[in-house]
Amino acid sequence: MKSQKKPASPGYRLYELLSSMRFAIGLLTILSIASVIGTVLKQNEAYPNYAFEFGQFWFKAFEYLGLYDVYHSAWFLTILAFLVISTTLCIVRNGPAFLRDMKGFREKAAEGSLKAMKHSRELAVQLDEAQAVALIQQRGMRYKRSERDDGSIVLAAKKGSGSKLGYFFAHIAMVVICIGGLMDGNLPLKIGELTGSIVPETRELPQGQIPPQSRLGENNLSFRGSVTVVENKSADVIFLNSGKGYLVQELPFIVTLKKFHVDYYSNGMPKLFASDIVVTDKASGKETPATVKVNHPLIVDGVAIYQASFGDGGSPLELKAWNLAQPQSPASEIKGVSLNSQPLRVNGQDYQLEFGDLRVFNIENMGKRDAEGKTLQQRMHDVREVKQDTKNLKNVGPSITYKLRDSHGQAREFHHYMAPMEQEGALYQIAGVRSEVAQPFQYLRIPLDDELKIDSFMRLQAALKNPALYDEIARRTTAKAMKGAAISPAMEKQFGDSVKWILARFGEGGFVALEKFLDARVPADKRQAIAQTYIKILQGAVIDVMAVAQEKAGLKPWPQDEKHYRFLLDGLVTVSAFNDYSAPLYLELQGFDQIQSSGLQMTRSPGKNLVYLGSLMLVIGIILMFYVREVRLWLVLRAGSVRVAMSSNRHNRDLDEDFDKIVGALNPQAGEA
Amino acid sequence: MELLMQQPFYKRLNLGDWLFALFIAVVTGYTFSLYGAKMDYYEDLILLGSGAGIVALGWFWGSWRWFFPLAGAMSLLAIELYDHNLARATESFGLKFLLSSQSSFMWMCTLFFLATAVYWTGLLSRSALLNRIGSGLTWAAAAFALAGLFTRWYESYLIAPDVGRIPVSNLYEVFILFCLITALMYLYYEAKFAARQLGAFVLLVITAAVGFILWYTFDRQAHTIQPLIPALQSWWMKIHVPANFVGYGAFALSAMLGVAQLLSRRGILTDKLPKVEVIDEMMYKAISVGFLFFTIATILGAMWAADAWGGYWSWDPKETWALIVWLNYAAWLHVRLVKGWRGEPLAWWAVIGLLVTTFAFIGVNMFLSGLHSYGSL
Repeated sequence: MKSQKKPASPGYRLYELLSSMRFAIGLLTILSIASVIGTVLKQNEAYPNYAFEFGQFWFKAFEYLGLYDVYHSAWFLTILAFLVISTTLCIVRNGPAFLRDMKGFREKAAEGSLKAMKHSRELAVQLDEAQAVALIQQRGMRYKRSERDDGSIVLAAKKGSGSKLGYFFAHIAMVVICIGGLMDGNLPLKIGELTGSIVPETRELPQGQIPPQSRLGENNLSFRGSVTVVENKSADVIFLNSGKGYLVQELPFIVTLKKFHVDYYSNGMPKLFASDIVVTDKASGKETPATVKVNHPLIVDGVAIYQASFGDGGSPLELKAWNLAQPQSPASEIKGVSLNSQPLRVNGQDYQLEFGDLRVFNIENMGKRDAEGKTLQQRMHDVREVKQDTKNLKNVGPSITYKLRDSHGQAREFHHYMAPMEQEGALYQIAGVRSEVAQPFQYLRIPLDDELKIDSFMRLQAALKNPALYDEIARRTTAKAMKGAAISPAMEKQFGDSVKWILARFGEGGFVALEKFLDARVPADKRQAIAQTYIKILQGAVIDVMAVAQEKAGLKPWPQDEKHYRFLLDGLVTVSAFNDYSAPLYLELQGFDQIQSSGLQMTRSPGKNLVYLGSLMLVIGIILMFYVREVRLWLVLRAGSVRVAMSSNRHNRDLDEDFDKIVGALNPQAGEA
Repeated sequence: MELLMQQPFYKRLNLGDWLFALFIAVVTGYTFSLYGAKMDYYEDLILLGSGAGIVALGWFWGSWRWFFPLAGAMSLLAIELYDHNLARATESFGLKFLLSSQSSFMWMCTLFFLATAVYWTGLLSRSALLNRIGSGLTWAAAAFALAGLFTRWYESYLIAPDVGRIPVSNLYEVFILFCLITALMYLYYEAKFAARQLGAFVLLVITAAVGFILWYTFDRQAHTIQPLIPALQSWWMKIHVPANFVGYGAFALSAMLGVAQLLSRRGILTDKLPKVEVIDEMMYKAISVGFLFFTIATILGAMWAADAWGGYWSWDPKETWALIVWLNYAAWLHVRLVKGWRGEPLAWWAVIGLLVTTFAFIGVNMFLSGLHSYGSL
């Protein structure tokens, strides 16, 4: 094959190039580098995300190069196609010679070529044919006999032809795997999109209204998509991502989600995600109930159904609405459904209330990394212990997110927890707020009263913001100060006015308002001292604020102990923080009826078995190629002498040893020659 | 003529081979009599397969015949000392200082450090004795690693029955597996090629892994036993992960042999190292066995992905990098076997191959997002 008499035709040279080793190695290299792109750049994201990340120019450039779905881009598939062509041509080119080689014994090998072999020796011993055959057969070799013109007998033996077979297995395997992969790839979809017979839908439409050119029939051979099903609801289509939009794939059956389960280990890590589903065949009406778990898909009609994700499915909620703009008005009840929106009228203004996820379990890492500040000995002790759960995961209970959008379309987003959370020994309700999605939530903690409710806090806040009560509060605070002889009688009036003034500033804008006043009116060197005084007065007055609030509500006065005083101090901080909450309403989650949804992925991949067959062939091929050694042995029997020649597909130390053994056995004296 | 007798392998087995097989058969049978009633069909097959695999490995590699029973005995002793009570880990002297999984791993780390130092001294002073001691230390470290893994497996069940799982499921555990497999593969080739001088180089990569284990343990407390998340609850894991680490171990081994070869070719340590041809052949053997196992591991991974992620191939970053590693070594083997390349270029390539492999192993988890992230730093 290597000898070329006349200049080869261009076609033959192309064939030579494509089937050549260097071309194949080049392809492997290019394929590796191309593959890297898709791992660095996140694939198949929503297009606006890319545009945001790269800017318009690069977004367009990358889109043109197909970098958002590298592995299905035309150029990548072309590389793969070339790899298949190259491998196929390699088999075509080398196959016949290899087959001949596997069958043949090369019993006609010329004396010169035997002599030229690296492992070849002429031994001056007489060996008759029977002995030679025995020697060959003992080595598990097959042989062929041939007689030369000069009367010498050639016994050409070999074993390990499987090595060559390995070549066929491994290389055909690559082609088989690629064909299987192609069957499961989305090439037909791409072609459909190019010719215009398939058009991905980019709008958010109800499933029934999606036009036929975005729908794929049940008989589609291969697909991979997903659908979210809410408990006690059904789905008979799935959605396939397709570049900028999506496609709808019709299923031959209807999937109904009965129940979605999540189980947790005792340390809060998830243990099980499972969906109880019923699959109803559209044609026969046959129902198949099953549970789909992660790692345990259900296969129906050649379609595999996987547990892929889960979430809230739209749960009815009960909330208590506290009017922050008019804290004097009583709280009202609101009903809603998570993941749904509803109009809301607050204090004469129209809002849109948009509920997000209800999350019943919130597993948070409560522990802090405890490696710091330990001696090595302590750490040694720790690492010898086989303990679980240093991560200190804890379920902090249900939470709801919602957005409150005003008539100008401006929205703030809130994240409220339902269950009391302990922090530094006291219990709080935690509420977060943010004005932009990209920001983290700012959390405030609302102290809980003896009934574990926020009602007392809300009462405190209402009283603090109610100027009508300031006279009474100031009177009590002043009287207390007089009794404790903290102020002189001459200062009584002035002190009372200060209390009222401080309450008014704090009620308007919290600590920030007081600070602003200090910054504007008080020389810098005195600010610290005056601020201290204000805070002291406020901390004294807050007891009376609460007492007045309780009286006004017709409730018992609070006991004066450390726990309740801490509540009041926390309350001051939170009232101040509520100024940044900037919402007319505080919605307290009171109850819910959880309805979950389950994300099911469904695939049909007819090429799978072909890929597995190819994989099996590949492994067999590699084993045969690397671990079956092809060895050939020639014994040329002449009167008074014998030529021993050996060859192997790989030169290695084993062949040296084998050769020495044979030579040594035939002629012990020749060993050292 | 008798010398030439190359019989089928079963006729070549000697008394030792048969005794080992008998021993493993008895142990397997005893295990079955203890737990057979609670095992299902799959588990019966797995037990039988494990027994057969251990016997096969013992026939193939003589040292396995004492190594495996030794590690097994160490972990059985640990289990005996635990006496179904996890608290004994800190109460029992034997567990606290020797045999609890964490103590075993700390011994492993210590012994690997010692072995590295001894191998280097042996290499530089050309002391066959020191190299033998280095070998012995490496064997001891490997025994602690294997016994520690077995013990950890048992400890996980002591924490809670539903926490119990094979210890190959997070970055901490697979690093220990990596050290174990790399060391064992090296010990096999060391004996086969009579090349103890190379321990100095191979132990360097193991030491690096040990350094990581120590940092991961002390700074990140990564050694605690956590239960399996649903995505990892699959029996594919039990074969996919070890197969992969035979691949990684072999590639790491070949890279260190590549380093030794490159130095030797530049006249550094040339007179102290084995001949470059020997190193070259060891490197080739390591890469070919690594390639075989990496292929199997990737296929197993694809089959697992078909069960867990809805497709045997999704171009997940881990899958893609596995492909890149595979293509890299496929190309390496092609140029060696077909083009006949030898020596320096292939040694360089093996070293660079380790960088690619390391990125596929750790880098993907750290820098790229994907489904296959069993451990973050």
